[in-house]
Amino acid sequence: MSAIPAIPPAYEGEWRTPYRGKVAMFGLIIGESAIFTIFVVAYIFYIGKSLSGPTPQQVLEVPIFITICLLSSSFTIMLAERALARNRLSGFAAWLGSTICLGLIFLGGTAIEWHELIFRDGLTISTNLFGTTYYSLVGLHATHVIIGLAMLSLVLVFALAGRMGEQHAERFAVLAMYWHFVDVVWVVVFTVVYIIGR
Amino acid sequence: MAENSIPLPGSIDLAPARESGGTLLEWLHEWIVTVDHKRLGILYILYATFFLLVGGAEAVAIRIQLAFPLNHFLSAQVYNRFFTMHGTTMVFLVGMTFVFGFANYIIPLQIGARDMAFPRLNAFSFWVTAFGGLLLYYSFLGGGGLYGVGNAPDVGWFAYAPLTARAFSPGHAIDYWALALIVSGFGTVGTAINVIATVISMRCKGMTMMRLPLFSWLLLVVSGLTLVTITPLTAAQVMLVIDRYLGGHFFDTQAGGSAVVWMHFFWIFGHPEVYVLVLPAFAIANEVIPVFSRKAIFGYPAMVAASVGIAFVSLSVWAHHMFTIGMTSFSNTFFVLSTMLVGIPTGIKIFNWLATIWGGKIRFATPMLFCTAFLFQFLIAGLTGIMLAVAPWNWQLHNSYFVIAHFHYVLVGAIVFCIFAGFYYWYPKATGRMLSETLGKWHFWLFLIGFHITFDTMHFVGILGMPRSIYTYEPDRGWNTLNFVVSSGGIIQAIAVLIFGFNLVWSYFHGRVAGNDPWDAWTLEWNTTSPPPPYNFVQEPVVRSRRPLWDEKHPEDPDWGYEE
Amino acid sequence: MRRFRSFISNHRFCELPGRLALALLWLPGHGPQSTPSIMAPASTPAQEIHSLSYFVLSITGGIFIVVAGLLLYAIIKFRAKDSDSEPAQIYGSTQIELAWTVVPVLIVIVLFLTTARLIFAIQDAAEPPSALNVTVIGHQFWWEFRYPKFGIVTANELHVPLSSSQDPQPTFLSLLSADVDHSFWVPQLAGKTDLIPNHPNSTWINPLQPGMYVGQCAQFCGVQHALMLLRVYVDTPEQFAAWVRNQQLPAMQDPSVAAGRQVFETQACINCHTIQGTVATGRFGPDLTHLMSRQTLAAGAMANTPANLRQWIKDPDTFKSACLMPAMQLSDQQLDQVTAYLLTLR
Repeated sequence: MSAIPAIPPAYEGEWRTPYRGKVAMFGLIIGESAIFTIFVVAYIFYIGKSLSGPTPQQVLEVPIFITICLLSSSFTIMLAERALARNRLSGFAAWLGSTICLGLIFLGGTAIEWHELIFRDGLTISTNLFGTTYYSLVGLHATHVIIGLAMLSLVLVFALAGRMGEQHAERFAVLAMYWHFVDVVWVVVFTVVYIIGR
Repeated sequence: MAENSIPLPGSIDLAPARESGGTLLEWLHEWIVTVDHKRLGILYILYATFFLLVGGAEAVAIRIQLAFPLNHFLSAQVYNRFFTMHGTTMVFLVGMTFVFGFANYIIPLQIGARDMAFPRLNAFSFWVTAFGGLLLYYSFLGGGGLYGVGNAPDVGWFAYAPLTARAFSPGHAIDYWALALIVSGFGTVGTAINVIATVISMRCKGMTMMRLPLFSWLLLVVSGLTLVTITPLTAAQVMLVIDRYLGGHFFDTQAGGSAVVWMHFFWIFGHPEVYVLVLPAFAIANEVIPVFSRKAIFGYPAMVAASVGIAFVSLSVWAHHMFTIGMTSFSNTFFVLSTMLVGIPTGIKIFNWLATIWGGKIRFATPMLFCTAFLFQFLIAGLTGIMLAVAPWNWQLHNSYFVIAHFHYVLVGAIVFCIFAGFYYWYPKATGRMLSETLGKWHFWLFLIGFHITFDTMHFVGILGMPRSIYTYEPDRGWNTLNFVVSSGGIIQAIAVLIFGFNLVWSYFHGRVAGNDPWDAWTLEWNTTSPPPPYNFVQEPVVRSRRPLWDEKHPEDPDWGYEE
Repeated sequence: MRRFRSFISNHRFCELPGRLALALLWLPGHGPQSTPSIMAPASTPAQEIHSLSYFVLSITGGIFIVVAGLLLYAIIKFRAKDSDSEPAQIYGSTQIELAWTVVPVLIVIVLFLTTARLIFAIQDAAEPPSALNVTVIGHQFWWEFRYPKFGIVTANELHVPLSSSQDPQPTFLSLLSADVDHSFWVPQLAGKTDLIPNHPNSTWINPLQPGMYVGQCAQFCGVQHALMLLRVYVDTPEQFAAWVRNQQLPAMQDPSVAAGRQVFETQACINCHTIQGTVATGRFGPDLTHLMSRQTLAAGAMANTPANLRQWIKDPDTFKSACLMPAMQLSDQQLDQVTAYLLTLR
């Protein structure tokens, strides 16, 4: 038998594991991406297959303005994250508020678009395959925007009540991840619906 | 003691007193509001065991109906509901809940953590999943009304479109099916996220990813796979509900929609789902086989790589469930190749287990009995899977009893056998008592015999041309005797499971006291009391190898000298 | 035609083990039998699948013998005899692991190539000019068969001509569905192919032995899926010609059953059923023009006897509960009359 070996250190360097909030949000994003993928695949598969009713070319207008708003909100939320990390709380509230406003503009624009599609063009979810896949996909995305805005508004309330500080920066970053995800999904949906599908 | 008190050093040898004092109502309340992973794990497992009995009763009813040709034990309508509910129950309310129950209980203990990463999400996920199951079963009551409408779903667990459209399935049966699974899907995703965050972020000091016990590694892989597996089903079911209630046309063939799209979406879920169910069985085997062979697992890095590989490749094989739907020759050929390829890392695991046993000193306690049977049965299941992967042969075997035999070989012969092994292995840890070995051996042998009588025979009745999902069959097809034999095996299995149920209850009160480490095992869960205190470990463990307790028990020959 | 014949002769004896097995099993010929076994093929696609299955079985059987043998050896030889010491701890071996990865890969390559060849051969087989075309339309819970070339419509019992390698006369089937998914499966004749609405499929059979072959719907299609049975009659050329001639005739007009015909034509029967040469042109249910030329009723649910026919019309749920034919609430006299009428439709 050999001599008893010296006990090596458990681990070279400091023992660090990734922040669980970020890991969890990453997991959620993967799951949600899978759901969106299925709806996108259904959308793409059914392009051009409607038997009747309005076609995308006839009724869709490319929503440039609200897209710019939504994508800018990713920028503003990033600025909010930075402000919070540096404990600049008024800046944080301002950028967070801007993010929410931009998100609300996006939702409002979507609502106006849908109003026109339904009442002017006669396109509903039951009209044809285009209607079904369009409202499902864009609606699923809009639902995620609403949930994101609700969360962001809650944080804004905390911020305005003076309850947010730099110690919350890591947690806020997790919420920001979700918001960035929502924006990336919009890029995909936009491309598929308004560019490829038209 | 209160759950958040500071543990005192030196109290490690005292098993915490069983929760006493307080009324029944208080005891119930504790269990309902608990966020402790051990209690939630037990709740999941009790839930799964209950539905195992329910699903098993449905199976017994099915087999009584099929024991004789043109039998009248169950009407066509009731039979169709039973086989649908049997499948749906076993996959979602038994399989998934056992997976997450074991994961919940064991992972934090194995990685030296105090609890899961998100204890409240854990509780939420369990209760949502549980509610989903109740919603599914409420369908038996919630229907009623017009003749033939309402009542439990009766379209098969795969619920092919357009049979599930309002036109062909009026009433609410399908809605219960879709909504119950959407709801429980939220719980599933919640727990999957929790497991991933726990394994990645909550490991104790020194436990690098390549020192994780294989059980925890495989459940990490399973949870990642679950995230991209359950979600397509959720999406497809939302589409189905949109079709049924908002006039959508996703699967409406009259409007240009496609029944094939449902099949693709369902099997993109359905195939990886069986890997979600079977990888935890491998995970259990990875713990039991080394301990009872007294050897480290052979080829740990390869086992990790194979598991990850299986998870990825399993996402590319789904259309081998669709060889008969008229895909092009090229598509069919692609799925033959991907299916055969996923068989390679799966088969290799058998070799690794064989090499683990080889040169060992095997103790055939009940957990090892079940794992040994698992090895033979999983081998056979894999080989019949290869047969089914051969597309032209699949054109004959698809939707026949051969397929049912194959997948029950996996689900029962591999998964249920390993779940039983896991029960016998970890019950002492959870309760502080050993399960009776005598009753365990009765359970094992009866279940083994019944399993083989039923499922070996079932292969042949499929070869003789008997399709699945039929409530009766003609007496001149030559299937009568075989069906009778298949059914009788079911009764034997039922008796075995009842013995097991009795064992669970009897041993809780009269089982031999287990102590911390009754099996002389090597992973961290055996380094604390049985049952563990609410905080699991008095001090956060520090590990230097894959088998921390081996190192403690063999200081002259620790693992860290050998692991790369 | 030449391609088809050479396909039959090239693929008849694929592989050596299969060849031997076939020599044992094939030469007496697999005729029709009441057990629809996939191991008793009587038509080219089923035979090719059968040969391939023997090849695959021999490989998987070999794997089983080796691996199970090793497992059995291990669990016997390495049982614990003492528990004094732990056995030698072996953590792995790259060479062994490489070896047992490479061998399965090779096996997969062989299996895959053999399989791919047969997929293309069966699925993409060219349709010879001598082929008979039949359109199969799946309904809940019966089969509609249309022969476009002959102008025939019938139900549930398919008649096809006998084929042979010298004079191939395969039947190519177009598979459609009127409602939900079904699957056409006659194990002795071919693998199954699904009938999916809005997704036409096709398959072919090349029956080499005359007789009646049984099958049934193989994709769950609703409450009476189990009783959506199928019969294929492989007729000699004379039998087939005679059958076609009979089916082409319009419905028998027997004045002695005029009362029954009256009942039929004034009830809702005509909404679902067709009888050629009458006002009944419904397409929801089977064509009844030559109902009595069939051996069974209700897609094989029961024998075609007068008593069964009468009871079926009186209350279909007796035989096939929740099928889509309603009980017509006819009086006993009406039942007798309409049954007598239908019994004349040979």
